[in-house]
Amino acid sequence: MKTFNIILFLFILSGCGENISPVDSALEKQILLFGNGSEPQGLDPHIVTGVPEHHLLISLCEGLTIANPKGGDNLPGVAESWEISPDGKKYTFYLNKNARWSNGDPITANDFVWSWMRILTPSLGSQYPDMLYYVKGASDFHQGLTEDFSMVGVKAVNDHELSVELNNPTPFFIKLLSHYSTYPVHKDTVLKHGSIDDRNGQWTRPGNFVCNGPMNLKTWELNKEIVVEKNHLYWDADKVRLNQIIYYPVSNESTEDRMFRAGQLHVTNVVPLEKCPVYIENNNPNLRIEPYMGTYFYRINTLHPILKDKNVRLALAYAINRKQIVENVSKCGQKEAYSFTPPGSAGYEPDTTIPFDPELAKSLIADAGYANGEGFPVLEILFNTQEGHRKIALAVQQMWQENLGISVQLVNQDWKVYLAREMTGDFQISRAGWIGDYEDPNTFLDTLRPNRGNNKTGWENKEYDELVALANATNDQSSRYEYLYQAERILIDEMPIIPIYTYVRQYQLSNDVKGWYPNLLDTHHPKFIYLER
Amino acid sequence: MLQVIIKRVLIAIPVILVVASLTFFLVRMAPGGPFDADKVVPPQVMKNLNAVYNLDAPLMVQYKDYMLNLLQGDFGPSFRYPGRSVTEMIFTGLPVTFELAFYAIIVAILIGSLAGVLAAVKRNTALDYIPMTIAMIGICMPTFLLGPLLVLIFGIQFEVLPVSGWGSLSGDKILPSITLGAAYAAYIARLSRGGMLETLSQDYIRTARAKGLPEYKVIINHALQGGLVPVVSFLGPAIAGLIGGSFVVETIFQIPGLGRFYVEAAFNRDYTMILGTTIFFSSLIIFFNLLSDIAVLLMNPRARSDA
Repeated sequence: MKTFNIILFLFILSGCGENISPVDSALEKQILLFGNGSEPQGLDPHIVTGVPEHHLLISLCEGLTIANPKGGDNLPGVAESWEISPDGKKYTFYLNKNARWSNGDPITANDFVWSWMRILTPSLGSQYPDMLYYVKGASDFHQGLTEDFSMVGVKAVNDHELSVELNNPTPFFIKLLSHYSTYPVHKDTVLKHGSIDDRNGQWTRPGNFVCNGPMNLKTWELNKEIVVEKNHLYWDADKVRLNQIIYYPVSNESTEDRMFRAGQLHVTNVVPLEKCPVYIENNNPNLRIEPYMGTYFYRINTLHPILKDKNVRLALAYAINRKQIVENVSKCGQKEAYSFTPPGSAGYEPDTTIPFDPELAKSLIADAGYANGEGFPVLEILFNTQEGHRKIALAVQQMWQENLGISVQLVNQDWKVYLAREMTGDFQISRAGWIGDYEDPNTFLDTLRPNRGNNKTGWENKEYDELVALANATNDQSSRYEYLYQAERILIDEMPIIPIYTYVRQYQLSNDVKGWYPNLLDTHHPKFIYLER
Repeated sequence: MLQVIIKRVLIAIPVILVVASLTFFLVRMAPGGPFDADKVVPPQVMKNLNAVYNLDAPLMVQYKDYMLNLLQGDFGPSFRYPGRSVTEMIFTGLPVTFELAFYAIIVAILIGSLAGVLAAVKRNTALDYIPMTIAMIGICMPTFLLGPLLVLIFGIQFEVLPVSGWGSLSGDKILPSITLGAAYAAYIARLSRGGMLETLSQDYIRTARAKGLPEYKVIINHALQGGLVPVVSFLGPAIAGLIGGSFVVETIFQIPGLGRFYVEAAFNRDYTMILGTTIFFSSLIIFFNLLSDIAVLLMNPRARSDA
């Protein structure tokens, strides 16, 4: 009774009359309230990695190009135009003469040269230097084989002309340039607060921060919110209609969902797993399910004595009913995957198939010496602790038991333990996901080449390696894709990874948000977004 | 009493050093490192990172360096958040966590002791059974259930309070304070009821009544001081528990407190942050236990003579 009275009293204190939600009041002021997942590691584009950081950095800084909000080819950023040599190896960028830093300084080609030198400086410890490895000499400089940056193929021809020389014709190079690792940073500001390789420099703090994006950093309260406001010095400021964006680091999906329902957010980072099927059934008008450039798959340790047999791997793959998994287990609009690279990315449509064929699977496992699963040891499926992964692993476990007569154990581990086990090869089968960094099949197929850190399967195939290398050395898009299709076929024929489904982006978006388009990389540039009811 | 305090402080120093050393080696033994990520970091980059953070030195050298820095009050830089020191992060989250704990403990004391005293005085009536049943439910109901439940009712259904935040929207501190305080209110209700019942059966209370004092005076002037001793000795560990255990409430209500840093540091293997927060929380627990012991000494003459 007392408890109830006190709650009631506290209500009266709280001012029950106010029923205008933050989303309502943000409409007129053009303030976007953005659910941004976790607290960003930082705002230095050469040091951070991660999606929340990406959302912030596309507001605050700008590279030579920006991602097209509707997907497809990149749009001009700081570079207003560019020329590519006939052999596809030399790029000349003409910088926009109106492009300025947020402190008013003009942006010059030398800013890019210095910034690229910074990210390639080994002692900075950047985790994304390989985005620039396509530039001639970049990898040598980063690995300490030379200390002379003039050997690297990026030069300022004059203040507004930047020349870049590549190792190979790299048709997706323009797309890489909207990635934050290639962004320029303001040299004087960085050096004022530390050296070129200082990871702990204070230049990214509000008040110190200088960059060149459509928004400026206003305030940053750890684990609470980051506020950015319109940068009136931005070269395309006339197009920017938002006055502010407030990024909330909401790591708890249920909290985020409640915030959206209470009108405290315009856009959420995700939809809680258990809510997705409910929202689909109720035709929730705010639910967005859009194609995403990512694949959910099972990674196989091909160095394992049993799993090194291709027939075993194929049997495991053919005994999985993907349709049932997306319809009855994941239940949030995911698409069955029959290739590693999601189809449709940059016009890439692989023709591979993975049949669900228990009979064929049975005969394959019998060929491997385990007729009806007899004598097959109990293998483990490793996954990081999460309800969604557990449900899928349970379904796969049951399908393998039913269709092949083999039993597997489920092993869930804390994220870092899971990563450490995968990295050291201490696993048999593990659940995995891969999200593309740029819209091109290379971001997937390159990872399974030998000696690539992200391969982790122990699988090496010379023909596959040569095909991907050949594709990257080719300037003609159609023959390039032809090589990649062949590589994809080898992959699905060898099955070092078992694709399960293609990811979708599932989130909630307020109907007030306009200029927000679905795209494969889920990049929504703030200069196209506005609020209207 | 001064002697007792000095003795306790002297014991605290080696305790903290042992906690620091144990934590240092335990976090290093956990599989996975601070820079392991889904997208594997190339070996060259990992080498550079380890060099930047002194992780390439032998473990004992790292330990020695860490402890020497610690003695100078330097917790080192966070591995997860480049450009932020652990000290800065602790002192960013701490005021918020303290504020939350303060409101929660106020809620707990107000509701808990009122209900407890009332239940003791009106023993075996509805005023005893109802608050005590609610208290039992309060103890049993975890914050991760109570929090979302309160949010659904008052935030989403009736739309009278914000569902999250801390100091951004009016009234956003109410639900988290109640959620965090509720379980403690329940404990306090039971403790104060027990304490009051014991005190009310003492001879000096009978004497007071026999001398014709009105009942409210007997309770307020004579019974409360003795009856609330169990509550006071519970408050020290409770405040420490509130501060250290606020993680769940901070997560549910999106509150930028220290609890979130602590738990996330463990998941991220942010070595310096784990160490810093662990040492800090241990010191807090020791400090609040000491405070509540002193308070008990002041309130209870018998304990004073034992000491």
